[in-house]
Parts: sequence; structure tokens; C-alpha cells
Amino acid sequence: MSEIRNYTMNFGPQHPAAHGVLRIIMEMDGEVIERCDPHIGLLHRGTEKLAETKPFNQSIGYMDRLDYVSMMCNEHAYVLAIEKLLGVTPPIRARYIRVMFDEITRILNHCLWLGAHALDIGAMSVFLYCFREREDLMDCYEAVSGARMHATYYRPGGVYRDLPEHMPRYEATERHTRRQNESRNRDRDGSLLDFIESFTERFPACVDEYETLLSDNRIWKQRTVDIGVVSPERARALGFTGPMLRGSGIAWDIRKKQPYEVYDELDFDIPIGTNGDCYDRYLCRIEEMRQSNRLIRQCVSWLKAHPGPVMVEDNKLIPPSREHMKGDMESLIHHFKLFTEGYCVPEGETYTCIEHPKGEFGIYLVSDGANKPYRVKIRAPGFAHLAALHEMSRGHMLADLVAIIGTQDIVFGEIDR
Amino acid sequence: MSHLSLLAKTLPDLLGPALKSLSEDIGELTLEINAPDIVRVCRTLHDHENCKFDQLIDLCGMDYSTYGTEGGKAWKGSRYAVVYHLLSMDYNSRIRLRVQLDPSHPAVDSIIGIWPVSDWFEREAFDLYGIVFNNHPDLRRLLTDYGFIGHPFRKDFPLSGNVEMTYDEQHGRVVYRPVTVEERVLVPRTIRTDTFAGTRRNIPGDPPENGSGR
Repeated sequence: MSEIRNYTMNFGPQHPAAHGVLRIIMEMDGEVIERCDPHIGLLHRGTEKLAETKPFNQSIGYMDRLDYVSMMCNEHAYVLAIEKLLGVTPPIRARYIRVMFDEITRILNHCLWLGAHALDIGAMSVFLYCFREREDLMDCYEAVSGARMHATYYRPGGVYRDLPEHMPRYEATERHTRRQNESRNRDRDGSLLDFIESFTERFPACVDEYETLLSDNRIWKQRTVDIGVVSPERARALGFTGPMLRGSGIAWDIRKKQPYEVYDELDFDIPIGTNGDCYDRYLCRIEEMRQSNRLIRQCVSWLKAHPGPVMVEDNKLIPPSREHMKGDMESLIHHFKLFTEGYCVPEGETYTCIEHPKGEFGIYLVSDGANKPYRVKIRAPGFAHLAALHEMSRGHMLADLVAIIGTQDIVFGEIDR
Repeated sequence: MSHLSLLAKTLPDLLGPALKSLSEDIGELTLEINAPDIVRVCRTLHDHENCKFDQLIDLCGMDYSTYGTEGGKAWKGSRYAVVYHLLSMDYNSRIRLRVQLDPSHPAVDSIIGIWPVSDWFEREAFDLYGIVFNNHPDLRRLLTDYGFIGHPFRKDFPLSGNVEMTYDEQHGRVVYRPVTVEERVLVPRTIRTDTFAGTRRNIPGDPPENGSGR
């Protein structure tokens, strides 16, 4: 009889189902996973060390590049941490804008997650449907900040500028017919808020479309039900947060429990799962998209009715307007100081977290009173989730590993930092 | 009474001499713990019915060697520290623990038996700061390259690193060589006390005048 022993297999680092650069060393017993050891760090850029060598504001752009599918949420945690150390509260309109863009970002993130997760498991068309909606939301990013992904829109003390009065329109091209050109510019006649409002009107039907493709799909259920089950006790012990925790049946959401910005004034529900498997987490995230849509609608109607400032008026923190600089010496000095040196943040330390689309995203910021942070520690939700990959996948088949990586919503920008 | 102020009252009795000091600032509670007692303290905070810190949110290493060097207040404690952030879902509160370590041989006991999530966090702190976690079952590097030398987040490690990779035509493979990039500082680091924005200008514990050698 031949000798039977476990087989060690390498997965990645360049694998279409690895969602980036993930290398896993797996010990296989036939097709069953006995042990899996993720090797990370292939995208490690030293963001935390770089932030220590730059003035506070210059690191906002680095935050976008952490979790590069939920850009503004990363900025939000960093900006909130600075504001907490400074003792600055942004104007109410800026807080509503931030909440609105956080929820837009949540939909962006969940759309990418759903498309990629379904693609990994074998459902091709969901990806195309999801990216159709992502395109519109990216346009909102572009309209407000000029960049489609890495927005750098939030600032300590508010947001960089107010929402634009006009939504950018497509130019007519020869490649498109007149009717196509018109349909591309549908909903773009009014302001950005009008565009977002029309988006929220059609988005629930889009989520219904995704659900028709997946929720009762026999293959989808076979691939996700009872895969990667995590009990509530283990979910807590393993440091799960966000949809991974709620999928296991724990009703914990920082937006509800420790509300920041204006979440306590808005009306929304928190979906939770019952079994803690991949299918429950899928259902949670689908419902979160609907709830985000609800939140955006409330923000839009508030923002339409309440114009006002979007930045604090403190020139120690915010550069003065161009107009003021022409005639006012003090404004010129403030501008010069801010752009050559930045602002100093009082000595202290804070841990500030937000409900990121993937879980709890926190910034531990230590300042010694300088114009640069002394230490920035980024608490990435995916880091704790990926660390539990071994426990979630042990005893499952190799193909289920792909479903588990998908359900964890892994993005390497934030895990490797 | 909020849970934090309750903790601030009861924890000194509960933890005894393991607790070096306790401070509350901008609504966050920080406990300084003696390094040898960390496992016992964490066990108490995890299990005790008035604490129930059932989640370890974050664990990170710290290097205080250049703290306040540009005219601020110098760090009074040890060079290396480990900072833990705990969350109690039942009481909806967070605390921070800090353990200061021996600067010549930074080591502390692993808390992997209490919160399994600390596995990768401790590997990361070991990788980036060279802090050893006793009794950790698998203390390997996590984020840096295979065969990396040094601990990159220590303050004496240069930002541009020590070695760079290049393709060697002669040997036909990738080799390491000393870095050729020059480090440059566009904005120097400065500490000012008179130009703070915002409302938190007066920091608790500071003398009322802006002296203290700044």
C-alpha cells in the first residue's frame, strides 16, 4: 500500500480569486483543507511610517489608498481623530455631507464586493450589473472632488468644498447616436444632489435585480449556505467587526452604538444574520445597501433645505480664501504658515473609529504637539478577518476557500497598509 | 454614572499593584500596567462582570525614543511600549492599556490565550518593532519581506530603508544592495504651543503658563 500523506499547496500571490496579492500555504488532505497559513505584506507600503514624516493634512491622501474601494470612509476616521485631538467640530452641513458620502462609499464597496464575490463563485453577470451602479457613484466622487477614486475630500474642520451646483455632463461624441448621448446625460440637468436623489430612486430596483440573480439561485446557495460558519462567541474572540460580526447574529454597529457625526439624527436599521455562514453575510450586506440608500435619501433632503458653511472658520487650520489673501496681510501669513509648516496638534492620544463598510476602522493617533503625528496606527477590519481564515476554512474543500475569501471582503490596501 | 467613570473608580481596587496609573483624557481611559502582570490583568478585564472586555480591538507597538524632541515635553517612560485597545460590547465602552517594556530587551507575555485575535497583531508588533511576545506559538515576521533584517517602524530605522533590490545582469538574479536614494525632508518637524487651532489648547496636566522648557 502506498504511503498517504498531506499535500502542501501554494495559492497566489497572483491569483484572480485572491482579491489582490495574497499568498496562502495550504496543507491539503485530498481536496480538504487541513491548515492554511496566509502570507501577507506584499502590498506593505509603510503608510503609518510615512504619515509620521508628513504634516497632518498630507496624509489624508494616503488614507484613500488604504482600502481603495471605500476611500472616503478611511479619510473619515483619520480626520475625526485629528478633530478630536484639536477639539474642532465641523459645521452641521459638513457633517451631513460626510455621512452622505460615507453611505455612498458603503454602496460602492458592497457593489464591488458583491460583483467580485459572485464572480469568484461563478456568477458572471452580477459583476456587470454592480459596476453599472458603481459608475454613477464614481461620477458623484468626481463631481465633488475631481477624482473618481482617491478623493482627498474630507479635511479636519469640514470638507474641502461645498457640493457643486451642476452635475458634469458627457460631451456628445460621434461614436454615439443622438439618443445615446441624451440617455447618457439623463438626470444630469440639475445639481449633484438632484443626481444623487434620482440615483436613490432607482437603486432599490437595482438591488432587487442583484437579488433575483442570487438570493434564490440554487448554485449560489450550494456554494454559500453552511460555508465558513462562525459562532457569535468565536466572532467576538476573533475580533470580527462589521458585517462579519452581524452575520453571526450580534447586533453591533458603531453608527448606532457610539454614533458619530449625525447618525443619531437619522433613521436606519441594522440587519443581522442567524447562522453566521457566507449566505447570511451576503444577505446582511444586501440589506445594508438598502439601508445606506435610505440614509442617503435623508441626507439629500436635509442638505437641499439647509445651505450653510462646510468648513470651520479658523485660519489656524483652514487656509483663508484667495480673495482675502490679496488684501489682508494676516491671511497671507496664515496661508504661508499652513502650506510650509502645517498646523500643530496638541499633545495627546486618541483612538477614533468609524463603521467602515468592512467593519470597525480605527485610527490610534498619538501627537507630541508637533505639526506631524508622532504615531498613527491604523486598525484595519480586514486584518482581523483574514487572521481567522485558517479557522473559517479548516475542514472545507479547496473551492470553498474562494467563497470564504470572498465573504471576508478582503482588500489588501488596508491589511498590508 | 457612565461605565468609564465607574471603571475609573473600581479598577484600582480590582487590579491592585498591577495598575501603575490611570488617566482619563478627551473621554478615553488609559491604564498603565506593569509588564509582568499583563496576562492576569487582561484575564480580569475579560472575565470580571463589571468589565467584560470581550473584544481586543487593536494591539500595537510604540517607540517613544524621539517623543517631543523638537522642543516639546520629553517622554518620561521607557522607550518601547505595547498599547492595547479593548472594547466591551455589553457596556459599550472602550479602554486603552499601555505596558512599558525594558528598552534593552523589549518582551512581554502574549495574551493569545485570552483573545485569539492577538495572534497577528503580536506578530505585526514583533515584525515592526522587535517586541518579543513570550509564549506566542508562532512568532514570525508578518508584513516585511522573507529574510528582512531590522525592525522598520523603530524611530532609528531610516524611512528609505537600508537595502534596495535590483536585477543583477551578471548573476542573472535579483540582489540586494545598499540604498542609493537620499532622504529629504520637505517640511521639518516643529513643536509649537502658541498656534494651536481648535479648542483643546489647554491640555490637562500642563502647568498654566506655557513654560515647562518648551
